[in-house]
Amino acid sequence: MTTRLFGEPVQRREDPRLLTGGGRYLDDLGSGALAAAFVRSPHAHARVRDVDVSAALDVDGLVAIYTWEDLPERVGRPLPLLIPHPALTHGRTAYPLARDVVRHVGEPVVMVVARDRYLAEDACALIEVDYEPLKPVVGLEEAVQGAQLVHEDVPDNVGAHLVQEVPNAAGRSAREAIEASPHTLSFRLDIERSASMPLEGRGVYARWDGSDLRVYTSTQTSTSVRMAVAATLDLPLPHVEVIAPDVGGGFGVKIVHPWPEEILVPWAAMRLGQEVKWTEDRREHFISSAHERGQVQHVRVGFDDDGVVNGLDVTILHDHGAYTPYGIIVPIITSTQLLGPYRIGAYRVEFSAVYTNTVQVTPYRGAGRPQAVFCMERTMDKIARYLGKDRTEVRAANFIRPDEFPYDQGLIFQDGRPLIYDSGDYPEMLRMLKELIGWDDFEPGRHRGIGIGCYVEGTGVGPYEGGHVQITSDGRVHVSTGLTSQGQGHETAFAQIAATELGVPIERISVVTGDTRRFGYAVGTFASRAAVVSGNAIALACRKVREKALRIAAEALEADPADLEIADGLVHVVGTPSASIPLSTVAVLANPLRYAFDEEAAKATQFSGISSPDKPPVAEGDEPGLEGRDYYSPIRSTFAAGMHAAIVETDPLTAEIKVLRYAVVHDCGRLINPMIVEGQIHGGVAQGIGGALYERMVYDGHGQLLNASFMDFLMPYVTEIPHIETAHLETPSPLNPLGIKGAGEAGVIPVSAVIAGAIEDAEGIEIDRMPISPSELFDLRNLAGQDAEPGTQQDA
Amino acid sequence: MREAGLEREREITLVVNGTARRVRVPGRRLLSDCLRHDLGLTGTHVGCEHGVCGCCTVLLDGEPVRSCLTFAVTVDGSEITTVEGLAGADGMSAVQRAFAECHGLQCGFCTPGFLCTVTALLRDNPAPTDEEVVDGISGNLCRCTGYQNIVKAVHRAAELIAEET
Repeated sequence: MTTRLFGEPVQRREDPRLLTGGGRYLDDLGSGALAAAFVRSPHAHARVRDVDVSAALDVDGLVAIYTWEDLPERVGRPLPLLIPHPALTHGRTAYPLARDVVRHVGEPVVMVVARDRYLAEDACALIEVDYEPLKPVVGLEEAVQGAQLVHEDVPDNVGAHLVQEVPNAAGRSAREAIEASPHTLSFRLDIERSASMPLEGRGVYARWDGSDLRVYTSTQTSTSVRMAVAATLDLPLPHVEVIAPDVGGGFGVKIVHPWPEEILVPWAAMRLGQEVKWTEDRREHFISSAHERGQVQHVRVGFDDDGVVNGLDVTILHDHGAYTPYGIIVPIITSTQLLGPYRIGAYRVEFSAVYTNTVQVTPYRGAGRPQAVFCMERTMDKIARYLGKDRTEVRAANFIRPDEFPYDQGLIFQDGRPLIYDSGDYPEMLRMLKELIGWDDFEPGRHRGIGIGCYVEGTGVGPYEGGHVQITSDGRVHVSTGLTSQGQGHETAFAQIAATELGVPIERISVVTGDTRRFGYAVGTFASRAAVVSGNAIALACRKVREKALRIAAEALEADPADLEIADGLVHVVGTPSASIPLSTVAVLANPLRYAFDEEAAKATQFSGISSPDKPPVAEGDEPGLEGRDYYSPIRSTFAAGMHAAIVETDPLTAEIKVLRYAVVHDCGRLINPMIVEGQIHGGVAQGIGGALYERMVYDGHGQLLNASFMDFLMPYVTEIPHIETAHLETPSPLNPLGIKGAGEAGVIPVSAVIAGAIEDAEGIEIDRMPISPSELFDLRNLAGQDAEPGTQQDA
Repeated sequence: MREAGLEREREITLVVNGTARRVRVPGRRLLSDCLRHDLGLTGTHVGCEHGVCGCCTVLLDGEPVRSCLTFAVTVDGSEITTVEGLAGADGMSAVQRAFAECHGLQCGFCTPGFLCTVTALLRDNPAPTDEEVVDGISGNLCRCTGYQNIVKAVHRAAELIAEET
């Protein structure tokens, strides 16, 4: 049996549990807990004048009703601003329960605790909140006019404003380089809101025993929730444990923390001395969690006759919703990842993060990159169209060459570190993609078109993750890491790494993630970072354990550790398989005992003759047990890349858009498990197609979300998703021991750009807004028929 | 004013995964909540509570239904199969094994609904075409997989069932 499982399509270790109803998601826990429900604002912007709970008081099973005024000072403070940035001059976060003013439909105002959820909702329905409606701010461009304010003390509703400039080699600014270019174009692009929309919403369940608090939450970061809860509830950190159980999808929204409910549910459990649970329902998820994507971009580009870009100037209005708990990470990523696989002569990017009376904006899979790639790839397509060149030719003319790595884009990335690409081979990737989709052989027909999109994705962002590996006296290997899992197959991929590093069959390896009882130091699962950062930490921890195992085995076998190897859980002398010792025995020997609890353990007791009477049983600097802990802290992000192409067909009458083929070439460095990576890509592309053709958050002028249900927010079913063809290129990252880059977000990133390009090719109409519905395409056809002004202005 | 009688309970019998279970439920209790919270069968998941996502699909007298759109009292006396009842004495069913083999699940939250749907689909149509598979699972949402491997798993399950019978 081989234990070299790195790179193999190993079947998932978590599946038997999830396939038989044995998963444990948040709402599957705490069957005896009290239930919480919330009264949420029906207004986008209003002053809360009064809360009258009297009618709710006689609801059978009611336990408690809380408003902001009931909260202790620490609990009632505004929620933390997680990622401060000097450019975020007017960062604002919500109170856990509204204090005086509500700023979006769905903001929690009153918390109710009752015997079960039905009764809690009965009570919510009887609570009367007296609101004084204020004029809401809806729409990005309306917001920056500043006529109405979301926050009274934030002028023009601008929370942050940031400019980054990279001059060209000759020291010219982007604007100068554009002016000096033979050709220039300028245009406007629009991307609408969407959302992560995991099928399991958020949820929190808390138990308090008088001294210790245990919180279960459907989160992407249990360690950070733990610190936030301990600090807010004024509890010593060792008395708080936070566990992410099975999590039914995250896609970014569950990295935000602490949510109001993550503070209020534990607080109520402590105050009431009873278990309390809150499970988010679908409407709550639509109006009370987070959205993303909404931006307006103004682009100006200068280029030469070959399509080589001399200068690019992008101004972005980013819709941040009502609050900025996650800082300005999304527009920072848009503005820095916009450059993709290209070397752009000179670049200037400016963004304003704008408040509106809508649900707050925090990262959703891709985290600002889909907008960035839409911008850059639309730019490339427009240049090609203007010059009458093949779209892939223009891209190739701008690619960073394989011999230029590491390549410094001259910008500061989301981690505060320089944006330096570690490795890649973009020309080869383009060649592979053209071959996969048959680019050169594609015959455009009326209403059939082909599109392409290229991207580079900063992955594996720091600051760090850790891994702990323990081999017990039964020979089993227990791996833990602090970050969480939401379906990425970490129990499998991390076990593959451990099996490969330790030479132990995967059946004997178990992996625990997201449980602060097992590992307390971690950052979280986001930014395609888990495999890179925890994967390497676990490999390093395994190497420590391996070294110790070989040292102890060498003593027992009277051999040189350098002559030993581990295979199938057995340490043996290379070339002499009979001279061997099982890891289980090594684990026994690693822990000198006084008391024998079984026959195996007797080998390690004080009269067994195993340790020298002249030395302490545990040598100085050593530790008992066969275990190790290590951390991986990357100097900066790794840069994965990908290129997608699609062929679409549009209906000449109804303007229905059908994706006929979809091809992906992807480079995430070394693959741990190609089956899992492909699954991540499939899922990402499906979300991308949702974002390109179906999903949008429809707000009316009053700030009401009109489509807050699965009936009206159209996520793709199987009928909307084409077969996805994939190919992998592996350019290992030189930055980490395993050479991996990360793959979680990849699939979603270029899809809107690809589909827009394909529709444009099919229709001959410029596509500058996404998503696009059949009726919008129909309208664009009518406009084009009337010879309306084209969206793109040729300046030269 | 509160409406009277919302919590008036009634005793019903559900034959769940082959075992008769008696339970007292209020008239408004959803079948999904009854299975999950009254009977402790938490494998049936609730994704939207308005009948669109299909996570809560169970087999009611053999046919797939949305348990979130069904009041428990209305199915008194019926036979219900949940994901917990799909495996046999000798392990996971062909459908369950095919999903594992084809990587047809990621977070696993929608999976019980798919498994129930596909179990009924293949019982009625043991060798479905690609189109019939797509049609058969077109009422279930999955946010993770992009469906490609689920379609593959349905075909694989059909193969396994054919081989094993």
